[in-house]
Formats: sequence, C-alpha cells, structure tokens
Amino acid sequence: MANELSIVLCGAAGQGVQTVEVLLVKALGSSGYHVFSTKESMSRVRGGNNSTEIRISEVHREAFVDRIDLLVPINGGLRKNIWKRLDSSTIVLGDREELKEEFEGKQIRFIDVPFLGIAREAGGVVTANSVAAAVLCALFRIDFPILETLLRERFAKTPEMLEKNLLSAEKGYERGTILLEKAEFGLTLPKPDPRWRPLLMDGHKAVSLGALAGGCNFVTAYPMSPGSGVLAFMAQNASRFEIVVEQVEDEISAVNMVLGAWSAGGRGMATTSGGGFALMEEGISLAGVAEIPLVIHLGQRPGPATGMATRTEQADLELALYAGHGEFPRVLFTPGNAEEAFELSRLAFDWADRYQVPVFILTDEYLLDSIFELENLEVGKTDFSHHFVETEPGYARYRVTESGVSPRGIFRHGRGLVRIDSHEHDEKGHIEEDFDVRERMQKKRMSKLRLLEEAALPPTVRGNPGSKTRVFCWGSTGPIVAEALERLGDKDACMVNLKQVYPLHNSIQNLVEEAHRIVVVEGNSTGQLARLIRLHTGRNVEGRILNFRGHQFSVEEVSEGLRKFLEGGGGK
Amino acid sequence: MNPREYDIEPVDLSWCPGCGNFQILSALKEALAELEILPQDVVLISGIGQAAKTPHFMKGHIIQGLHGRALPVATGVKAANPELTVLAIGGDGDMYGEGGNHLLHTIRRNPDLTNLVHNNMVYGLTKGQASPTSPVGLKTPIQVEGVFSEPLNPVALAISQGASFVARTFSADTELTKEVIKAAILHKGYALVDIFQPCVSFNKVNTYKWFRENTIVMESSSEEQGDRKRAMELALSGPPFPLGILYRDASGRPSFEDRLQAYRRSKDPLWKRTPDLAGIAAYIETLREG
Repeated sequence: MANELSIVLCGAAGQGVQTVEVLLVKALGSSGYHVFSTKESMSRVRGGNNSTEIRISEVHREAFVDRIDLLVPINGGLRKNIWKRLDSSTIVLGDREELKEEFEGKQIRFIDVPFLGIAREAGGVVTANSVAAAVLCALFRIDFPILETLLRERFAKTPEMLEKNLLSAEKGYERGTILLEKAEFGLTLPKPDPRWRPLLMDGHKAVSLGALAGGCNFVTAYPMSPGSGVLAFMAQNASRFEIVVEQVEDEISAVNMVLGAWSAGGRGMATTSGGGFALMEEGISLAGVAEIPLVIHLGQRPGPATGMATRTEQADLELALYAGHGEFPRVLFTPGNAEEAFELSRLAFDWADRYQVPVFILTDEYLLDSIFELENLEVGKTDFSHHFVETEPGYARYRVTESGVSPRGIFRHGRGLVRIDSHEHDEKGHIEEDFDVRERMQKKRMSKLRLLEEAALPPTVRGNPGSKTRVFCWGSTGPIVAEALERLGDKDACMVNLKQVYPLHNSIQNLVEEAHRIVVVEGNSTGQLARLIRLHTGRNVEGRILNFRGHQFSVEEVSEGLRKFLEGGGGK
Repeated sequence: MNPREYDIEPVDLSWCPGCGNFQILSALKEALAELEILPQDVVLISGIGQAAKTPHFMKGHIIQGLHGRALPVATGVKAANPELTVLAIGGDGDMYGEGGNHLLHTIRRNPDLTNLVHNNMVYGLTKGQASPTSPVGLKTPIQVEGVFSEPLNPVALAISQGASFVARTFSADTELTKEVIKAAILHKGYALVDIFQPCVSFNKVNTYKWFRENTIVMESSSEEQGDRKRAMELALSGPPFPLGILYRDASGRPSFEDRLQAYRRSKDPLWKRTPDLAGIAAYIETLREG
C-alpha cells in the first residue's frame, strides 16, 4: 500500500487557517507529493471552528478520509466531528499557550509547538499562521525556498508584512527541522516524485474555466453559497477573458438575463444553489418552450429552504430533473472531480447551443471547495463552434425539422427577423392556439430528447465489469466509492459512476440488468438516483448507502457500508 | 422611412375595439420610422399581458417571455449586443407589479434601453382585477369593496431611484407619445415612458374623458428637464398630471454596457467572438506547481 498521510488543520473562521492550507497545499504540490485537500466550514464569518483535510500520498487521491495522522489545531474549541476522528495514533501539533488544557489527559500524542511564541519573537502574533505553515513544511521536508516563494507571492502587495512573515517562517522552519529529528515525531512520509508537477484546482475554478473554454461570455448570479465561488472567479477575471459578469437583484433576473444574452448570440450561465435554482424554474420553462439555450450551474447544499448554507448534499437531482412547468428536454451533468467539472462545463455550452435546451451542471459544496491535482487539462481538445445560423428574409425560428432542432437565428445576424415566444407558437413564433400546431410543436421539442439520448455520456465503470455487484453513484461521491472499493479489494464488485444522470446513457439498461445486486451510494436521504434507476429500468436496487448529515461521505464510511452489503446475501 | 415598413402581415389583433394599445402601437411604429431605425435593428421584448402582446403586432425581432421579466431579458440582450435598439414593453401589472424588483434594479443599472409601460390602471388580460396603479376605491370583481392600497407612482419612483430618463404621456395624444418615445430611444441609458391608457373593457373610472380632464401637457427646456428636484415636484403633482419629459439626465452618465469589461478592448457583440483558448490554457498553467 502507498505511503500516505492525512493532515487536518483546524481553526476559527477569519483566523487564517485558509492561508496555511493554501500555502501548504501549494508547497506540497511543488515538492512532488500527490495532494488532495477538502474543507468543511461553519456558516459564520468569524469564530467557530472549521477544518481542512490535506491528503499527501504517493498515488493520486481525490477523496475525503476520516483518518487523521496529524492534527494541527490553530485555535481551541475543536468540534466533536473532529474529536471522534482522533485515536491513539494521531499526532496533535499545537500551541499550549493557545489551546490551554483542551488536550490534557486525553489518549493523544500531543506535541507542543509554540506557534504564538515564535511568532511574537519574530514577526508579531499575526504571523502565527506562517509559523505553522513553516513548521509543517519542515516536517514534510519541503525546501524552504519553495515556502519563501509562496510567501513572496502572497504578500507581494504588503512589503512590511512580507518581511515579518518571512522572519517568522524561518524560525518556524528551524523549529520544524528540530522536531523532525526527534523520535517523538514518528510519521512515515510518502516518497515525493520529483517529476510530478500538478495543476492544483478547486471545483469553483474547474467549473469556471470549463465554462470559459466552452465559450461562456456572460455570467449572472445572486450570491448564494456554494454557487457564488464561480461568480467570484468570473468577476475577478472578467477583464482578462473579456466577458460580461453581473451580480443581479435576484435569481429570476439571473436566469432571464442569461436567456436574453443567448438570444442575442452570447453564451450565458447563471450560477446558484438550490434555493436560487428553485426561483429560476419559470425561466427554465421559458427556455424549454422558446428553445433558448441555457446553462445553469447548481452547486448543491443541504435543503430544504436555507438548510445548511456552507455544507454539502446531493439532494437536488430531482429538483433539476423536474424543474419548470410543462414538458421539455434537458440535460443534467454531474461531475465528480475537477477534471470532469471542467470538461462537462465546457460541454454544457456546446450542447445547450447545439440542441437548444437547458443544461444543468450539478456540483456540490464538497466538490467546489476541494482542491484536486491534475496532470493536464486539454483546453483545445475539441474545436469550438457556434451553432446559430445567418437568417434570410422569411426566416422561421421554429421551423419543424426531422431532428426537432430548428436552425437558430440570433438578432441582427442576417436579414431575417428572429421572433421568440413563450406561448405555444407556430413556426414563425406567432402565438397559436390551434390544437394541431400545439401537438406538432410539442412533438418537435420533445423529439430533441432522442438526440440527447444518443449523445448521452457513458458512466465511468471501475473495477471488474463482469462482477455481480454493481455500486452506482453520481457526482462527487464517485471518487470516494472508487477508493472504498479499492480498499475492500473485492473482485466481485465494480463501480458505475454517472457523470450524466439525464438523459441516461443507453449502457445503463444493461449495466443494471446484468447486475446480480445493485447498491447505490448517494448524498441524500431518499435515494434519488436509486429512484431514477427504477424509473428507467424497472429495477428496484437491493441496497442504498445514504448520507444526509451535511458532510460528505468518508472513504471509511462507504467502505464499511459496502463491506456489510457485500457480506449480506440476497440479490436478483 | 414609412411607418408601414413596420406593419406585419395581417394578424388577428386580440385587443378590444377602442383600446389605447392601438394608439401606442401606431406611435411606436412612427417613432421608429422617423428615427430611420430598421426593423432588423430593433428587439422588442415583453412579458405577459395585453400590452405585452404589442411586439407580435409589428415587425422587428421579438422575445415575448414571462410575466414581469422583460427588463432582465432586455438587459441581457443589450449587454450581449450593444448595437441593437432594445425596447421593453408591457403594462402596469407586468412592469410595476410582477416585475417591480427588476424595475428598481434596472433603473440603478442604467442599460441603454427604452421601457414603455402601457398604464391603464387595471388588469386586462386576466379580466379586470386591480393593478399596482389602480386608484383607491376602484371596485373590481376581486377588490369588491374598492382598492385599499395606495397606487404606485411610477414616475416619482423612477426619479427617486435615479432613472436617467423619465417621461409620461397619454395614448390618445399620439403626437406627444411618438415624440416622447423618440426622445426615449435617443436617450443613452434607461428610459421609462409611462403611458396613460384607457381600458375600455375593465376600467370605467380612468376613461378617455377622465385622462383628458386630469392631465396637462407640459413644455420644458432641456435645462429644466435636467433639474431633478423640479422633476420630482412634477412627478408628485396632479391632478392634473403633467405629461411630457419629466426628467432627462444630461450629464452623460455611462450606461450599463459602457461599463462592461467585455467591451473595453473590442466593441464586437458577443456573437462575433470565440473563446480565447490560448489565454485560458495560459491561465491554467499558472495553477501548476513545481
């Protein structure tokens, strides 16, 4: 088994834990380690106690684990979700001055490192985070110049802060080096690969960059976690990529503005979470009847209503599947990691334009806030093309064609007039109440579903495809299931991870029918994918492993759930 | 240009005989023709309601979308292609009721578009319920004891929120309506034109006669039009309610599109662009460590 470590940093919001995380992840990535990081935070601007897990490995990892090898509590007040993950093998690296008695008398290996004391002597207490980052860098044998470069980038605009932080980092690094030589620090480090030069990317960036590669040039949103990370990235890079970004008055405006942009030839996306998406539903229905392309990024979090603002869940599959009144085709993409988030966000724009349908990209807080390593992203893998046409006089926006796709004109491109309507309409977009026209138009719109079914993306199958037990999952639980199965080493179980849940790829029918037993692993309380499988294949799955507590599954949890399922009998 | 250029092949106009919408439609076609704007350059965007059907009855590109949502759609169209002449058209229920929040924020955003609101102070399409501008006391099948709520004052609201162009006119005065619409289209920025209009079927209070007796056409110089305090006084006055351009910002305040980073280097509308794949790839490389 590969050598790997799981480090958890904890601290209050606004206390710079994120600074340590970013510095450390970058430094580790720069030093040839395989790295993955994920965080969970409370819905508050200051205080509380948030945690970040950083996994360091000799192999690629992209899943949350419960195990903690090294805990670094920057502040006191550890929450019980962290306490219960500690055991006698966990090393806690903390400052007794800050933590007081919190770790006294516990069956835990506590190493006192005076972060505050070192900071106070070197650069002032505000630099304690740099001390912590430097101690950790030394422990992971990261060359000091790498840390120095990162600090210089971070404090490029505040030279006096840079000096203080550098001084503190040097002292911290010295302390870490001493610690490393002591026997009490007994962690085996993974072996770095000097040739490994990863791209490090969180989900927000992956969705944003994928969208941009897909030609996205118009972004709207009303701020709502976790959908607003994409808004922030786009706003901060609007000048670089020459795009329109607008924070609007509500999500209703967000979706309608995007529909206006597409109609005029732009490529728009609204980014939101479940509550905002619910407000967009009438606009989604408008996209359906008027056949205006539409892309919505739906970053899921626990509902109903406000739910848990900064937490994660996969409970909006059915919301997106049935969003909007009336019947019309749509596409639901469900990326599971940064690479898929990039690729599917890119593809969303092509499909929205090509088929003139709404395309939804369903991510979740866990995926968006995790930092993934990637070897490469092929930006120019496919040629970019617009799918609108130059219009002629007499142009009919809703011409009935064999495929169901009417050539889409845009305003002022050609000599025709583009007439778009939310009512039932005839081929020229005139309001029409003729029953035959209604039937013909509804059939035309729904016939695009056939094209979408033909284009649907296949699921990712991992493990022995001939195995009797199939573990179905979607989106961000995929990588967790993959690692859990790897741990179990059961040759008779394979993973089927869906990166598109609607329309389903035609291989799903066989994958379901051939399975002796099916278990679905998903982050909601009722088994929405399980229900979708039954709806489309008639199969009642044999098992469900569900998680709806607001925190993502861990590899251990899925592994344990699968082990129990595999040991149990039953099946088709 | 002949306003007949804006006629569309015979369509079944679904308005009641005598409806003020016919007059507004005619004034709008004349205004566009006199400004020599071709139908291919115009996008008429509306929500739902009798007034919102207007785009269907003339030439031009159209989007008839959802009730209350014409303004965000129009803003999106204009921002994606600033070369277009964009009008958002609807009634008082559409623009001031269902779409009220968009009105507030479109005013703040100041996109270069013309917002025509056919204000007949009653709901027509849904058959006679009170609208946000119905007078207190108006009895309807729903407000059976008469309207209790105070009517919304759209022109005062728009001026108070910093709208860059605010006018009011009366549908039967087609010459004034046409001139006001022309000025609104020429104005760079958001322009609200509130158009008093009788509803011959459902509003027996605010009739042609009532509007004639309760309005006054007001001449003003462009300097006077730039005086916001004066505009506010006019907006709050009446009856008789002043008609004409109440406020017109002459400071050259930038429009929404003017501020967009998308057009800083190139003025090309978005449809002429393709993604900067090399730029995206270069950005992605900055995320590489080691």
